[in-house]
This record gives sequence, C-alpha cells and structure tokens, in this order.
Amino acid sequence: MTAAATPAPGTNPDGSPRVHYLNAAYGLKSWLLTRDHKRIALLYLVSVSVFFALGGLMAVLIRMELVTPAGDLFQPDIYNRLFTMHGVLMIFFFLIPGIPAVLGNFLIPLMIGAKDLAFPRINLLSWYLYSIGGAFTLWALLHGGVDTGWTFYTPLSTNYVTTSVITVGVGIFIAGFSSILTGLNFVVTIHRMRAPGLTWFRLPLFVWSHYATALIQILGTPVVAIAILLVAAERTLHVGVFDPKLGGDPVLFQHLFWFYSHPAVYIMILPSMGVVSELIATFARKPIFGYKFVAFASIGIAVLGFLVWGHHMFVAGQSIYAGVVFSVLSMLVAVPSAIKVFNWTATLYKGSISWDTPMLYALGFIGLFTIGGLTGVMLATLGIDAHVHDTYFIIAHFHYIMVGGAIMGYLGGLHFWWPKITGRLYPAFWSRLSALVIFIGFNVTFFPQFILGYLGMPRRYHSYPPEFQVLNVMSSAGATILGLGYLMPLVYFIWSMRYGPKAPANPWGATGLEWQTTSPPPVENFKTQPVVTAPPYTYPAPTPSPGVALGD
Amino acid sequence: MATEAHGTLAHHFDSLEQQKDSAVLGMWTFLVTEILFFGGLFAAYGLYRSLYPEVFRAASHTLSIQLGTFNTVVLIASSLTMALAVRGGQTGKGKLSALFLVLTLILGSTFLVVKGFEYHEKFVEHHVPGATFHFEGPDAVHAQLFFSLYFLMTGLHALHMVVGIALVAYVAKRAAGGAYTPENHNFLEGTGLYWHFVDLVWIFLFPLLYLIGRH
Amino acid sequence: MIPSSPLLPDQASDVARSVDHLMIYALSGLVFFSALIAILVLVFMVKYRRRSADQVGIDVYETNPKSHVLEIVWSVIPLTLLLILFGWGTKVFFDQNRPPADAMQYWVTGRQWMWKIQHPDGHREINELHVPVGRAVRLRMISEDVIHDFFVPAFRIHVDVLPSRYTTYWFKANRTGTFHLFCGQYCGTEHSRMVGHVVVMEPRAYEAWLAGEKTGPSAVASGEELFVAKSCNTCHRPDSSARAPILNGVFGTQASLNDGTKVLVNEDYIRESILNPAAKVVFGYQPIMPTFKGQVSEEELIQLVDYVKSLKAAPTTTAEAPQ
Repeated sequence: MTAAATPAPGTNPDGSPRVHYLNAAYGLKSWLLTRDHKRIALLYLVSVSVFFALGGLMAVLIRMELVTPAGDLFQPDIYNRLFTMHGVLMIFFFLIPGIPAVLGNFLIPLMIGAKDLAFPRINLLSWYLYSIGGAFTLWALLHGGVDTGWTFYTPLSTNYVTTSVITVGVGIFIAGFSSILTGLNFVVTIHRMRAPGLTWFRLPLFVWSHYATALIQILGTPVVAIAILLVAAERTLHVGVFDPKLGGDPVLFQHLFWFYSHPAVYIMILPSMGVVSELIATFARKPIFGYKFVAFASIGIAVLGFLVWGHHMFVAGQSIYAGVVFSVLSMLVAVPSAIKVFNWTATLYKGSISWDTPMLYALGFIGLFTIGGLTGVMLATLGIDAHVHDTYFIIAHFHYIMVGGAIMGYLGGLHFWWPKITGRLYPAFWSRLSALVIFIGFNVTFFPQFILGYLGMPRRYHSYPPEFQVLNVMSSAGATILGLGYLMPLVYFIWSMRYGPKAPANPWGATGLEWQTTSPPPVENFKTQPVVTAPPYTYPAPTPSPGVALGD
Repeated sequence: MATEAHGTLAHHFDSLEQQKDSAVLGMWTFLVTEILFFGGLFAAYGLYRSLYPEVFRAASHTLSIQLGTFNTVVLIASSLTMALAVRGGQTGKGKLSALFLVLTLILGSTFLVVKGFEYHEKFVEHHVPGATFHFEGPDAVHAQLFFSLYFLMTGLHALHMVVGIALVAYVAKRAAGGAYTPENHNFLEGTGLYWHFVDLVWIFLFPLLYLIGRH
Repeated sequence: MIPSSPLLPDQASDVARSVDHLMIYALSGLVFFSALIAILVLVFMVKYRRRSADQVGIDVYETNPKSHVLEIVWSVIPLTLLLILFGWGTKVFFDQNRPPADAMQYWVTGRQWMWKIQHPDGHREINELHVPVGRAVRLRMISEDVIHDFFVPAFRIHVDVLPSRYTTYWFKANRTGTFHLFCGQYCGTEHSRMVGHVVVMEPRAYEAWLAGEKTGPSAVASGEELFVAKSCNTCHRPDSSARAPILNGVFGTQASLNDGTKVLVNEDYIRESILNPAAKVVFGYQPIMPTFKGQVSEEELIQLVDYVKSLKAAPTTTAEAPQ
C-alpha cells in the first residue's frame, strides 16, 4: 500500500473522501426522490430489515408456542396467522428482494464500471412498489392477517377462509412487480453497460449470479401474479377456476403457484452463492476454481429450476408418472449446485486464507447449504418425500437453505461490503462472535426439526403429541440463541456508522472494480471511467490510484 | 454530450446509441414478462378446453364471430398505423408520426367500444358468470368456466389496451411537438413494441376463444 | 399407548421398512458428502491460512490440465449416485401407490376437521381406523371441503385428499399396535386437531371388535336404498328400452362417449355422472339425466358408487342404445 504524501484533492486529512454519495445531498427529498442506485440500495436495506424483524418476531412467537405440546399460548386461529405471515413476510418481503435489492443494486454498477443501472427511475419505482406492496401486507397484518399458509392452497384460500386474503394477495402482487422490474433493470444493465474491456468472462461471479437470478425474476414472477389474480377473482366473482363445484380443479392452483415458487427459491439462493464466490476468492486470495463452470452452473440452476415444480406435488394427486419426471429433473438441478460447492472447496486449496468475519459466514454457508441441498435431494426422491412431505423435515430443509444458506450469504456480504457502503469499519471481535453465535443457534434450532419430521410431526401444527416435545424444546432454545445472534450485527453496524474507524478504499485487498473507488464511493461511482484488461480475481489486487486510496 | 434540442442523453449513459439499445432491450424484456403473465391464463384455458371440448365449443359459438373478426382487423390495422408512426419517428417526420399515432388511437378505441358492445351482449344473454348466469345447453357448469376465462382473458387484454391507448396519446402529443429525432425516439419505439405485443396477444385470443370448431 | 421413539417412528409395514432402507442410503450419502466437505474446508482453512500480510494464493486451475477432469469427475459421480437414488426412490414410490388387487376397500371422507371412515361391511368410525394385521387395506378417499391429507407416519406415506375426485391410500400392516393418524395438508383452523389413530389388531381381536361395535348397513346396501329413493332405477333399468345406460357390469369397462372419446368407468366417472351428468354422456344417449348436485352428500355418493360397482352383468343382457 502506498501512502499518499499529502492528501489528494477532495479528501479529508485522514484520507477519506470529502464528498461522497451519502453526504452529497441532504434532506428527506434527496433520499425519497433519489435516482442513485446506492441510495436506493440503502432504502431497501432499511425496508427489508424492518420486514425481517417482523417476520422474526413471528418466528419467536411460533417457537414459544411449540415449547409445549398443547396449544396453550395462542388460539389455533392466531397461530395459523402467525406462521402464514411469517412465511409471507420472510419470503416475499425479505428473501426475494434481499440480496439483489440491497447488495445487487449497490454493487452491480460499481462492479461493471458503470455510473448507475440502465433505468434509475425504474429502480426507484421498484422500491416504491415494494413499499406499497409491503404497506398492503402490513395493513392486512394489523387487521388480523391471513391464515391460509404462505402457499394459499385452494379451495381453502378461495372458498373457506374469511381473512384478508385479497389484501395480502394485492401486496404480494405489487411487490412482485418490484421484483420483475429489478430483474429487468439488471438484465439490461449487465448486457449494455459494462465498462470497456469487461467481457462476459471477466465479470465477477456475483454479477453472473445476479444475471441468472434476474432471468428467473422476469420469467417466473408473472405466473404467480396470475395465480394471485385468479384467487382474487375466485373470491370476489366466484369464477370457478379452482372450485370443483363449479367445474374447476383446485390442483391447477398448485401448478400455477409452484411454477413460480420453485424457481423463486433459486431467486433466494443464487445471489447468496454469488456473494460466497466473491468472499472465497477474496479471503483465499486466489481466483475461484473453475470460474466458467461456476458461471454456467448459475445459468444452469436458473434454467433447470423451471422444470421441477411438480416435486412439491408428488402426493397432491398428480399422476405418479408425472412424479417420476419431476423427480429425475430435480436430481439434475442438484448437480450444478454440487459443482459450485466442490469448486469453492477446491479454491481453498493452496489459498492464502484469512479468517475474517465475511469468510466465516462464507464457510458457514458452504457447510449448511451442503446439508440443506442434500436433504433437498432426499425430498426429490419420491419414496422419501411421500413420507416426509409437509412435515418438519421440509421445514428444516428449506430453513437450512434459506437461513443457513441465503441469510448467511447476505450477512457475509453485508460484512464484506459494509466498509464500501458506509466508509466505516466494524469491530472484528464482535462480528466474528456473531457469526459463531448465529451458526450455533441456527443448528440447534433446525437440526432437531429433521428428526421431528421423519418421526412424523406435520408442519403447521399448533399442538402435537407429547413424544415430540423434547426436540421442540431444543429447537426453541436454539431459536433464542439465533435471535441473539441476529441482534448483534444490528448493534455494531449501527455503532460503526458513527464510531467505527474510517475505511480505506480497499480494506480487504480484494479485486473488483468496486474496490478501485473510494469508501464510500462518489455519486457518479468513479472519477474516471475504468477500463478492464485482466481476468477477475487476479491477485494481488491493483492498488487504487492516489486520490482513491486511504493512507495507512 | 447532451444535445438539448433533439433529446437528451441521460447522465449514466455514455452515448445515445447505448441509451437506445438499453431502452429497446428493456422493452423486449418487459414484453417477455407479459408473455408469461398471459401464459398462466392460457395454461388454465388449455387445461379446461382439453377436458371439456364439447361445452367449450358450444359456449364459443355464442360469441359474435362478426364482431370478433372486425376487431381483429381493426387491431391489425392499428399495428400498421403504429409501425408507420414509428417509421415517422425514425425519419424525423414528427407531424406524420403524430397523425399515424392519432389513427392508432382511434382504431384502438374502436376496438374497446366494440368489446364493450360484446360484453353488453353477454350481459343481456346471462352469460356473465355469477349469480345471474344461465346457459342453454347441457353442462352449464363448464360453460360458466369458459365464460369466466373469456372475461378474464379479454378483460386483462382490454386493460393492456387502455394502458396502450394512454401511452399512444402521450406519445402523439410529444411527436407533434417535435420531441422525437432519428437518433432519439426511444419512448416512441418502446410504445410501438408494446402496442404490437398487445395486438399479438389478441391474435392468439381470437382463434382460441371465437373459432373453436368453426370451419 | 404409542411408544416414543428417539429417531425413528414405528415401522408398521413392509413398505415402511423399504422407505427406511432408502433413507439409510440417502443419509449415508448426505453424511459422507457433508463430512467430506466439512473436513476438507477445515483442513484447508488451517493448512493454508495466511502466513504474511501480502501472501497471495496459488491458482491451480489454469496451470493444471487435470482441472477439467476433476470438474467432470465430481459432476458425474454425484449424478450417478443421484440417479441411483432416483431409481430406487421411484421403485419404492410405486410400491407406496399400487395396492394389490386383493386389498380390502375402505372409504375415507375428510372434512374440516375430522376423518369419517367406512368399513367394507358398513362399520363407521370417526378419527379411528381399525384394521386386521397382515391384510392389504385400500382407502378410497375424498374431501367434503378443502384439500386434506391422510398421513400415517408408521406406514411412511402421505396422500392428499381432494374435493374433486377420489385418491387412494393403501397399506399392509405387519405388526399390531396403535399408530398416529395426522392430517398432513393444512386445512384451516383446527388442522392440528384433525388427528386420530390407526389401530392394527390380530385377526381374532379384529373380529371381536367388529362384533362388539354397532354397525349400520353396508355401503352397498345403503347405496341400493338410495338408488331407489332417488329414482335412479326408473331410467337405469337392465332392459333395452331404458333411456339410460344399463349399469350392470359397467364398472371397469371402457365407455364410448358422444364426442367420440372413451372413458374408463371408474369411481370418479360414476361420481361425476351423478353430480354433472351432461359432462360425459355415453354414446347414443341424450343428456337428459338431471343433476343431483346438492342432493347427495359425499358419503351418499360413496354408497351409490359402491352399489353400482356391485352390479354384475346378467349373462343375457346386452347393453344397447335405443335408436
């Protein structure tokens, strides 16, 4: 690192940039009417955190109820609303927007050397649509919520419940458009706005992951929009598309719903995989093993992900031959994920590995995603799924992927790029401790649920036979630890924004164009247009030019 | 590099060409999402038609093939005027463009008026699903399903037409004011693409809904 | 009553045992690969930890020609293991879903929030199912309202119970005992209380239980009563002047319809024809049968279906359509 002899123009005495995207303009209007992708990312950060907290609160209440076999904390009605809203808030308002809306929005233009996304105003519109959708859902929550399960199966949701199905449906519908527009923005940006010299195979794997994710957002979301529309039409106009008494088929809803909702899980995990690729490369200080395989694996997951939706319906009354087709395709979609895990592991071989917090999260991801993914393969196995369908085995499986996988990746990414986003560093000890607490809390919460599921405890049960209690108590204890673990970053991140040491342009010695500009970046991202001449992950990272680097 | 008189280059683009390419790709991507959006309804329709072909045919025959054909011709003509309007923008002929856009608007509105007549007819014949539904013929239950899908699919299409007409009106005003140049007429081109897409959806809807079993 | 089991639910059928074997294979794969990755990662983390501040890692991929081979190997091996899992799982699934021909047939109606079970001889139970050990049992199921799911962990299978058509659950218990029955598809407020038991008894104990229970008429007998009470017999008569298809011996045959297609005359078709007679009219007949929707419950439909199934073809009757 070369120390600047005198501070370059535009920098403070300590080397940090004087004007950057956070302080270039002040006031509520400058935030609520911003077109800067970086500010929009922060708007999303606040919003998704609020929904995560709400969804998390529901989880706490659920686990409290499940400490005892009897349904003695809440009426069944209330409990049903709790788990429904937990699912709706976490999936549609935290996990789906999650990494793309926060980290993707912030980083993609920076990573490709652009000044912004292709359509900045549509980006802002995305956030407003998300917020409006969220508002509808919160309004419904305040009026008792919904009790159909986040999957809204018909005819329960169309003909039998009296709760605010349509309000929540409208909320999800609007938020869905937010997702579609974000995906559209990313696709056009990645195609059209790469810096000179930045060919497809020089892109960071984070960008490849988000491209694959965007494809799914664009192609899948409209179908669930129609499914919601049809449920609303059924409830209000009694059209009969799903009502057997009117000639309809309730299982049709499941096909339309899962056609989106299965690829949706890849929307939730692919960005996290992209983060992990960046973390492993940075903290092992070497290129990702098999870059092209990993890049194509992302696309492969996106494509194959559209062909497997029927594995949610093995026992739903579809033909057993359809089940066979979906089962074998589901096995195929596991292969690109396996390739990624092996490639990440192989990257560590002969690396120069540091145990910083982001790396700890990346490793946690690899371990937990492997277990979650392999249990997924068990679920793709017809004979096994017939037994564990709709039990706690399923719940454990998807929480291993979503929480052990996606959220670990999200936190790892936040810890990695926090200095870039805020220009501040956070305390290393507490952040490492949080990673450990979260890892332990997570496993104690969800591992017992695999056993509970195979024992036969069904999901969405308010009360259960007494012999399931010990495992449930263990799970609830773990949830307490996990909750504590999540609170820790909240505290030290907020602390760091005021009291954390100023961050240099490239505190981790990482490659990637985002590290070639100041922390935080200027409004226009780069003072001069970057030109790319080398493959990604070429270490040691180029030193940021004077005026960008922070003196040591 | 902003040219004030003939359309501006947005700050985050490097050239008008990049801006145009992005706008076009963006609109095509959006149209792909629309295909999937309508696709869900087409899938539901496909399922029920394959299960109940007879009653779907009988219900389809109660639609006015004359009005449906007229509307199809009207929409195809409107795509022609739209294409000519975009051509006008590409060649810098703003006033001509505006004229064709107004024609497109008139044709699109005609479509909606005729659709209104058709809906009214269905209302009078008690073919609107719901409490007042009554179908002469066996298997009225599945006939109601046909009409539900008919109203949902044509209704969603009509909604897209309304948005399209609003866009065309806006673009016509801008074109008349000379906003579009050969180098920068992205919004006009995007509107054109959208309009052609909505027309294309109707090209699929018409035979599926109106022409079952007719030779 | 029900023994608690640390890791495994009761294994009460041969199919359950085969599911557990399948699970052991899958679990071995999971443990092996998870352990492999975990160990490799931890070993690498320690062995290759950064020794000095500016040390970089060594890129082995570009320099090593074996890299591509490695990629292929660790794609093909997992794929092969997965396909084995797929094949084995499919075989088990077919076993789970194909009842043997000699299975005793029970009827199950699910509704919010209870299970109504009907034995072949007319016994009725609510939320309990008594069966003899060692006999194959087939449950034909339907819902009166929303989608439910019949789940007995001891038999290792779920099957959804739909409101639109019949689905089938089968098992052959290989030991006695009392086993949990759960509703396995969220169905509304009291979903967690839509539970019960399957009680598997020794044959003699089962007979004793049957004798002790009050029983009503069998489904077939009730169905015959309904058939007359609803005047079905005025049109569906076994003589050639009838205006309706003759039902004797029709179950299980292929019927030609007015639109040229064929349909298998199974329980779903009979049920549909009672509720919506005009949907699939037999060739040569007019759609004049009135609908009985709203006039028969699911249970009554089951009884009518059972009755029609029981009608055997008389040797000299030919089913002819009147001209």
